[in-house]
Amino acid sequence: MAGLNDLLGQGRRVERHAPWPRALVDAAMWERVAAEIAEGAWTLLGLWGDTGAVHMALLDEPAGAVGVITLDCPAGRFPSVARHHPPALRLERAAADLFGLQPDGLPDPRPWLDHGRWGVRHPLGDRAPASPDGQAYPFLASEGESLHQIPVGPVHAGIIEPGHFRFTANGETMVRLEERLGYVHKGIEGLMAGAGLDHAVRLAGRTSGDSSVAYALAAARAAEAALAIAPPPRAVWLRALMAELERLANHFGDVGAVCNDAAFALMHAHCGILRERVLRAADACFGHRLMRDRIVPGGVAADLDEAGTREIRALVAEARRHFPALVRLYDGTASLQDRTVGTGTLRPALARLYGAGGHVGRASGRAFDARRALAYPPYDALAFEVPVLQEGDVNARVWIRIREVEQSLSLVEQIVAGLPAGALRVAVTPADEPREGMAVVEAFRGDVLAWLRLAADGTVARCHLRDASWFQWPLLEAVIEGNIVADFPLCNKSFNCSYSGHDL
Amino acid sequence: MSMLLLEGLLRLPLTERAPAPGEAALAELAAGVGRTARRRLGRSLSIREIDAGSCNGCELEIHALGNAFYDLERFGLRFVASPRHADVLLVTGPVTANMREALERTWRATPDPKWVVALGDCARDGGCFRDSYAVVGGVAAVVPVDLHIPGCPPRPIAILEGLLALLEPPAGGSRQPG
Ligand code: SF4
Repeated sequence: MAGLNDLLGQGRRVERHAPWPRALVDAAMWERVAAEIAEGAWTLLGLWGDTGAVHMALLDEPAGAVGVITLDCPAGRFPSVARHHPPALRLERAAADLFGLQPDGLPDPRPWLDHGRWGVRHPLGDRAPASPDGQAYPFLASEGESLHQIPVGPVHAGIIEPGHFRFTANGETMVRLEERLGYVHKGIEGLMAGAGLDHAVRLAGRTSGDSSVAYALAAARAAEAALAIAPPPRAVWLRALMAELERLANHFGDVGAVCNDAAFALMHAHCGILRERVLRAADACFGHRLMRDRIVPGGVAADLDEAGTREIRALVAEARRHFPALVRLYDGTASLQDRTVGTGTLRPALARLYGAGGHVGRASGRAFDARRALAYPPYDALAFEVPVLQEGDVNARVWIRIREVEQSLSLVEQIVAGLPAGALRVAVTPADEPREGMAVVEAFRGDVLAWLRLAADGTVARCHLRDASWFQWPLLEAVIEGNIVADFPLCNKSFNCSYSGHDL
Repeated sequence: MSMLLLEGLLRLPLTERAPAPGEAALAELAAGVGRTARRRLGRSLSIREIDAGSCNGCELEIHALGNAFYDLERFGLRFVASPRHADVLLVTGPVTANMREALERTWRATPDPKWVVALGDCARDGGCFRDSYAVVGGVAAVVPVDLHIPGCPPRPIAILEGLLALLEPPAGGSRQPG
């Protein structure tokens, strides 16, 4: 099999796109690549609209290579990738909503992010006024005897983000779940267009609050790639420290929350304490509990001092003291295991097909972790393992998190021990010509892709952010089938997809 | 498990001292019109949280209120699953166009008297999402708001200070039973 570079060589190479290549292709080649993705030759990393064009990011997993192909669509149409490869479906529906680009042969032409409430159609493309009164949304049919539907949301019973779930059940057993998302669409990509780079990175950090660090990192790295700027080593390491603290806080929270959804409140209480300790340490070190706006283009906006270093070391010691007992508690409580083992099983083949990232993929045999596969600094200089399991159930997704907590604690120690001295930020100056850049970073729930084009004056012309949830949400629909309604919260929590990161 | 429970009994509690009700929150409430309502709601409040478009950062800090350090329930404040059981709607996010109707309907489903608390900078005026085609604005653009708690996201202690102000009897007034 030829590599991604050969493939892109068949198109017309686009200049000033970094660090990975981008090539213009024709419709025939676009379709051929779509078919190759469906056969498993490449992993679909993303698909997004642009003015008069559509882009597709590809990953060659074994080689750790990334590339982008672009199809110009002067007539506003392009051959649907989803027709060959279902994971592209919602991405294409979103591109149609935002840019008015029509995917020919799209298996599901219903709008996705556009609920008919914006008062405008195709807000990022050929804008056209529209009624803001809302459109009816036909859900997919489930037919058979004794089926009943349970509509849930967008406002849920707990403190979670809004989205609609339509369950079809036979007695207790679910036969179909259909998600409807887009409720928290804020038009972030629209707000970024024309914004200054600093502001755009601040917006990126508000795409999914639980991944503030990862998003700011992705957007900053994409811009730095475009402008060929290298942030100082100390900043690179501090960014990783923040990213690992963010991962720890979320994993502690999630392990507790999954157990809580199985009515095991003790784990929730103890994990909540550990999570709070991480956030307090982050606050003490960097001045914000979620470390928001601490990653900026060109570096970081906060340093770690002596007191901060002590704070971090104390945190690691505390977590090492208390977490193992919680892991034993999780593993040794039969009533809890009864709920998590064998529940919501995601088959490895499906995880691979969807290129599922994060704990969702790694609990189902897909070993991808952007920190390892793409080895962006400083992870190329740090020692860590990428835990992988095959079972694919709720239990496996909990275990991946547990193992990753251990890895992150070690990473935090290594970073604090090896933190280089020096400057925190370099100046970011416009290139006086349009530039494009992209980055893929590992957030706690999986890989975040950021792609942007900077105008000659350094402002953002177009920025696209793709959350890991895009490829995880559809899999939640798949794993639910055959489970009982009462296990949905457990499955859902074990995935913990982002609504805001997906809807942006 | 017994070891963990035993440790929990022997260790000093992590729960921290209650903050005083926030000054700004008290002032905003005093200036509002909810005096009578406040008397009737008394010292225990049921809160229904609504994410009307947030980035989920505000939700994370609301969640934190339940942990051992803040222990929200000791104040008689608790989160409920249905707006029909709620005295307070705690709303986050810029209100997106796609969530506007859901927010209105949740508000209508909440019995009077009720309070609306707008949590976070987005909930005040749409924050950094204000100028988007997809955003209506702050919470007050859709339903009447009694109290704003600023921050991006507000720290749990700031949320607590704001919520505790709801429990204070209005200056000069006395609390009446239910
Ligand atoms: S105020 Fe900040 S944390 Fe809260 S929803 Fe807005 S951006 Fe997110």
